[in-house]
Amino acid sequence: MSYHYDETIDGPLVTHDKAAVVAQLQARVPDLLILHEQEDLRPFECDGLAAYRTTPMLVALPERTDQVQALLRFACEERIPVVARGSGTGLSGGALPLEKGILLVMSRFNRILELDPEACTARVQPGVRNLAISQAAAPHGLYYAPDPSSQIACSIGGNVAENAGGIHCLKYGLTVNNILKLEILTIDGEHLTLGSEALDAPGFDLLALFTGSEGMLGIVVEVTVKLLTKPQSAKVLLASFDNVGKAGAAVAEIIGAGVIPGGLEMMDNLAIRAAEDFIHAGYPVDAEAILLCEVDGVESDVHEDCERVEALLRSAGATEVRLAKDEAERQRFWAGRKNAFPAVGRISPDYYCMDGTIPRRELPGVLKGIADLSAEYGLQVANVFHAGDGNMHPLILFDANAPGETERAEQIGARILELCVAVGGNITGEHGVGREKINQMCAQFNSDELTVFHAVKAAFDPDGLLNPGKNIPTLHRCAEFGSMHIHHGKLPFPELERF
Amino acid sequence: MMRAELHSTDDSERLVDEVARAFLRRAPLRIRGGDSKSHLGRPVSGAEIDTRSHRGVVSYDPTELVITARAGTPLAELNAVLEAAGQMLPCEPPAFDGAATVGGAVATGLAGPRRPWAGSVRDFVLGCRVITGEAKHLRFGGEVMKNVAGYDMSRLLAGSYGCLGLITEVSLKVLPRPRAQRSLTLELDAGEALRELSAWRKAALPVSGACYLDGRLHVRLEGGTGSVAAAVDRIGGADLDMGFWEALREHRLAFFDDPRPLWRLSLPNSTPLAATAALSGAMLIDWAGAQRWLKSDAPAATIRDVAAAAGGHATCFTPLAGAEPFQPLAAPLLRFHQQLKQRLDPRGIFNPGRMYADL
Repeated sequence: MSYHYDETIDGPLVTHDKAAVVAQLQARVPDLLILHEQEDLRPFECDGLAAYRTTPMLVALPERTDQVQALLRFACEERIPVVARGSGTGLSGGALPLEKGILLVMSRFNRILELDPEACTARVQPGVRNLAISQAAAPHGLYYAPDPSSQIACSIGGNVAENAGGIHCLKYGLTVNNILKLEILTIDGEHLTLGSEALDAPGFDLLALFTGSEGMLGIVVEVTVKLLTKPQSAKVLLASFDNVGKAGAAVAEIIGAGVIPGGLEMMDNLAIRAAEDFIHAGYPVDAEAILLCEVDGVESDVHEDCERVEALLRSAGATEVRLAKDEAERQRFWAGRKNAFPAVGRISPDYYCMDGTIPRRELPGVLKGIADLSAEYGLQVANVFHAGDGNMHPLILFDANAPGETERAEQIGARILELCVAVGGNITGEHGVGREKINQMCAQFNSDELTVFHAVKAAFDPDGLLNPGKNIPTLHRCAEFGSMHIHHGKLPFPELERF
Repeated sequence: MMRAELHSTDDSERLVDEVARAFLRRAPLRIRGGDSKSHLGRPVSGAEIDTRSHRGVVSYDPTELVITARAGTPLAELNAVLEAAGQMLPCEPPAFDGAATVGGAVATGLAGPRRPWAGSVRDFVLGCRVITGEAKHLRFGGEVMKNVAGYDMSRLLAGSYGCLGLITEVSLKVLPRPRAQRSLTLELDAGEALRELSAWRKAALPVSGACYLDGRLHVRLEGGTGSVAAAVDRIGGADLDMGFWEALREHRLAFFDDPRPLWRLSLPNSTPLAATAALSGAMLIDWAGAQRWLKSDAPAATIRDVAAAAGGHATCFTPLAGAEPFQPLAAPLLRFHQQLKQRLDPRGIFNPGRMYADL
């Protein structure tokens, strides 16, 4: 199935005369920056999932809320779909434009409106970069906790849309756990305040509902985030293992012993070698797996935890345990992990990053399953794993110019996600469904559950104008996908118990 | 996987049947667990549907930090299972006379003294099973820490007072119990207490409870042995019985015996004392200032205006004739609440009017 919007299964869209839409929109919102020439649209044809490309009808770059409101009202009246985009770093095609739609780019909303060191909050516009918030908070000894790998570029509005995570999620939570208030515009231009500056708000928890809703329910025009006091101390241990199963067991040992590390990451041999070759982090290239375990907090607690973790790692069979001797080495250890994706990009013409989550105890079996699939499809897979929270990032190596490899990469990716679902996990931990995993949603949810999602969507956007074709598949699409799927074989992984 | 040797029954079939009948007859249901929080929210007229027979821990693996329990499981039972494994539900919902169930705790979303530092009930909700307004028994979220597939239905259901569906099962994130715990009490004036709390936050002291009552600041410290010992040295004061925090959470302190109506003010954590000083009555400050309990005869409108002016809201915990329990919603927000209710519970069978008259 092609990734392009397919009106026969994703739902019909109204066709408009582009020139007329541009003229009308310019008349309605005279000071709105609109791009509509072919060469101006090209930079916006994809997000971080560069394999998926569509040229939008036009791109709007508002800088004020009233412009967004006027644009949405216009789009609502004219039945023109609207796809919102922040920095465009998303990895699931959530901001993939529609040929018949407006791409609403929020990157000019880039101001930090208020930073209150006493309340430990920051009120920011949605286009502010994730890292910029922590940088602005740093003089007060504060920071914004969620730190996706793309934090240097990704915007907070996009983080809200995707419920972005990062390497410190287990201890500090996801975006949903770190925001207090959202200002939203609905497709009919209504302004809603969700949450509050207090720790809760009356009514349903629409703040939680909107977080991770992938631009399907409303447009974020302002975010109030919580800031945390920077940990006094952070230490990282690097443990090597000659077997990935032992590394997985060590993770369970650490958590079972009552330690919640700030970060707990695993990499397999292929990922280790790629990262070492690129970053020279000092990783042991002959290890089958490494664990990076960071403990942070008050100095004395960090010391207690570090000793405890080191003993656990050794008794779990680590062949070597190294404590980063200084801040520079700590940063180097993390740089290897944080650059694992581009590092893999250097050893393969293309790679395809998966985002499934699993209960941690299933790790050895799932890694074995991935290795089997890798052999079956003849494509290498490097594994990077947020071990603390069960979020896997298998990276499938392929060459888009080699005939058939792209299709094989997509097939093995889909099989990996189905394996995650089969062991009680899910198809996306933090990258979102977007366009990329729209078919796998049919494996994750049954038609009644999807119907509930459609009901939620209809409560906020009855005409389905916000980001159509993303996040929640139509029942029609699942029917098509299901029938296509049966051709490839029976149910995936029939030997596994269903959850 | 560990299975609790406690009373465990899957009674979901009966619950689905009852909802299906209510759906067909368009007959409203009043969902109840332990009924420990029935005083909260507006009265509901409808046939009672009791979740307590659908109970038991379904799965719990301490190394996964997740517990899954049926809605009717007594909260006390869940806590006992966690405690036996050295873990806890950090948001510490009240058990109100021991009757509270897991389903009710999630549906009301009330959290205990640790809330500002550990997170709210919904922060610990990972997944749930729910009977919908059309009597379908569905599953959302799961038993993993991170999940962004589809809309976050389970966190939406948390704190929705049963108005959007009947929760039958919940998966909750749990955490290890802290290695060290101490409680202290100090004599301070209220302004000084709030200033000290701010300083302790900046110094990263491991505070996990901060309540100001009757001229005294009560502080709970939880963390590693070293950090708790260091904080005790810095804060000083006298030892406080750990039982204080349970009494606070369960509303068993003498403060709550005051016959005047009980109000809960949820405010931005830096709200100055002056912001609420105009309110008559007695006040207990919890959550380091972000939750203020008020015993007062002041008119509802006055209390609500004060809370709103400070950027927060007020809830009345005492059923009062003529006073809405929850702060009214802005008109556009109410409209979207109604649309959501209409789409998810089209025949209006679940707890109609519990939160707001038209919901």
